[in-house]
Amino acid sequence: MIEIENVRKSFGSLEVLKGIDLTVQKGEVVTIIGGSGSGKSTLLTCINGLEPIDSGRILVDGTEVHAKGTDLNKLRRKIGIVFQQFNAFPHLTVLENVTLAQRKVLKRSRAEAEAEAVKQLNHVGLGDKLKVYPGRLSGGQQQRMAIARALAMSPDYMLFDEVTSALDPQLVGEVLDTLRMLAGEGMTMICVTHEMKFAREVSDRVAFFHKGVMAEIAPPEQLFGNPKDTELQKFLSATH
Amino acid sequence: MFNYTFQWKQALARLPQMLDGAIVTMQIAILSMAIGILLAVVLTMFRLSGNRALSAIAKTWVEIARNTPALFQIYMAHFGLGSFGIHLSPFASILLGITFNNAGYLTENFRGALKAIPDTQTRAGRSLGFGAAGAFRYIVLPQMLRISFLPMTNQMVWAILMTSLGVTVGMNSDLYGVTQDLNALTFRTFELFAVAAVIFYLITKVITLGARLVASRLFRY
Repeated sequence: MIEIENVRKSFGSLEVLKGIDLTVQKGEVVTIIGGSGSGKSTLLTCINGLEPIDSGRILVDGTEVHAKGTDLNKLRRKIGIVFQQFNAFPHLTVLENVTLAQRKVLKRSRAEAEAEAVKQLNHVGLGDKLKVYPGRLSGGQQQRMAIARALAMSPDYMLFDEVTSALDPQLVGEVLDTLRMLAGEGMTMICVTHEMKFAREVSDRVAFFHKGVMAEIAPPEQLFGNPKDTELQKFLSATH
Repeated sequence: MFNYTFQWKQALARLPQMLDGAIVTMQIAILSMAIGILLAVVLTMFRLSGNRALSAIAKTWVEIARNTPALFQIYMAHFGLGSFGIHLSPFASILLGITFNNAGYLTENFRGALKAIPDTQTRAGRSLGFGAAGAFRYIVLPQMLRISFLPMTNQMVWAILMTSLGVTVGMNSDLYGVTQDLNALTFRTFELFAVAAVIFYLITKVITLGARLVASRLFRY
């Protein structure tokens, strides 16, 4: 379970998170929508401790992420994150991209790591690209590789930060299909996205962020069908 | 117009001695590069550490290495340290001087290379559970070394050429030192140094071509 309690976060004088409360249950898929600068992505990087917070707290399975004694490297093993920029490691083949952290962080043997990598790469449809360097992959393929790389660490939670935003339109579908599949398999996921159709389909709940505040959160049919927040109404009519 | 009879035989007869010298020259260059690269990696980490004292050490090193003559650096290693009672052999002095110079230049090269690697690479590594050191070692460092591979080759060529400064601190077993001594014996100045120059040229050529070959093997992406 991920518990976010009254989290505040500023960059300089700009407050990007103004007291966020959100609890995500195991197996739940929560998507976060909202305009740029609404704090959506920042929240994700706070959850895995890449960004410090100013106040409040975030608990992952009861462990307080930003507490002093927390071993973040250990905590991050159970939280996979995939970014807008695919962040493929260009000097490693697809297979090596997916085995590196398994071997060095989880200390899995090469055989074990490769078996897991092959499984995950097959899962995302890249089973035939093992020996290829990321430079030869399309954006969509690189992004799917990044997803496989995160999944190979056997995380309990997956965070997706606008994973389709940097893709050519014709490549968005293949990545969203991968996310749909994961959601279908019961992975606990928080997805920041601009894909409204996708949010509507896969989410258990959808949260709308506006200027650092979670203005509304509801099951998709309710949030899209009967939005209460006026900013959300504006946002939805602008994106439709 | 000029009254000089070339006596190439004289010079070529000394070729075996000169080639022995060339081996010493290569030893100095290779050692100074190997140690220089290691030091440069350490200095680069000093710079990145965020620790003021460490990054000041790195900065000072780079400033001196890049902005003073290599000859000065070698003099300091030999006569400078000698003033404090630390007497290094000519071999050790030239090795120290060139290593110091290599480390400084390479640190600066590494800095440029690091700028070309997006921060998001480290971020991606950290989010996979790597610590700062692990992310640097497995993700940043290999990319940094690849980007700076050609500048490193240049520095290696410089290291070869800088060994000639060893004669100023009494070095006489390297290519330049041997040639100098042979010149004192035979006075076939032009011939001997011309042969030495050709050997220098061939060594550096082999290094550049070899580096290209290694690069094509090592960096397939």
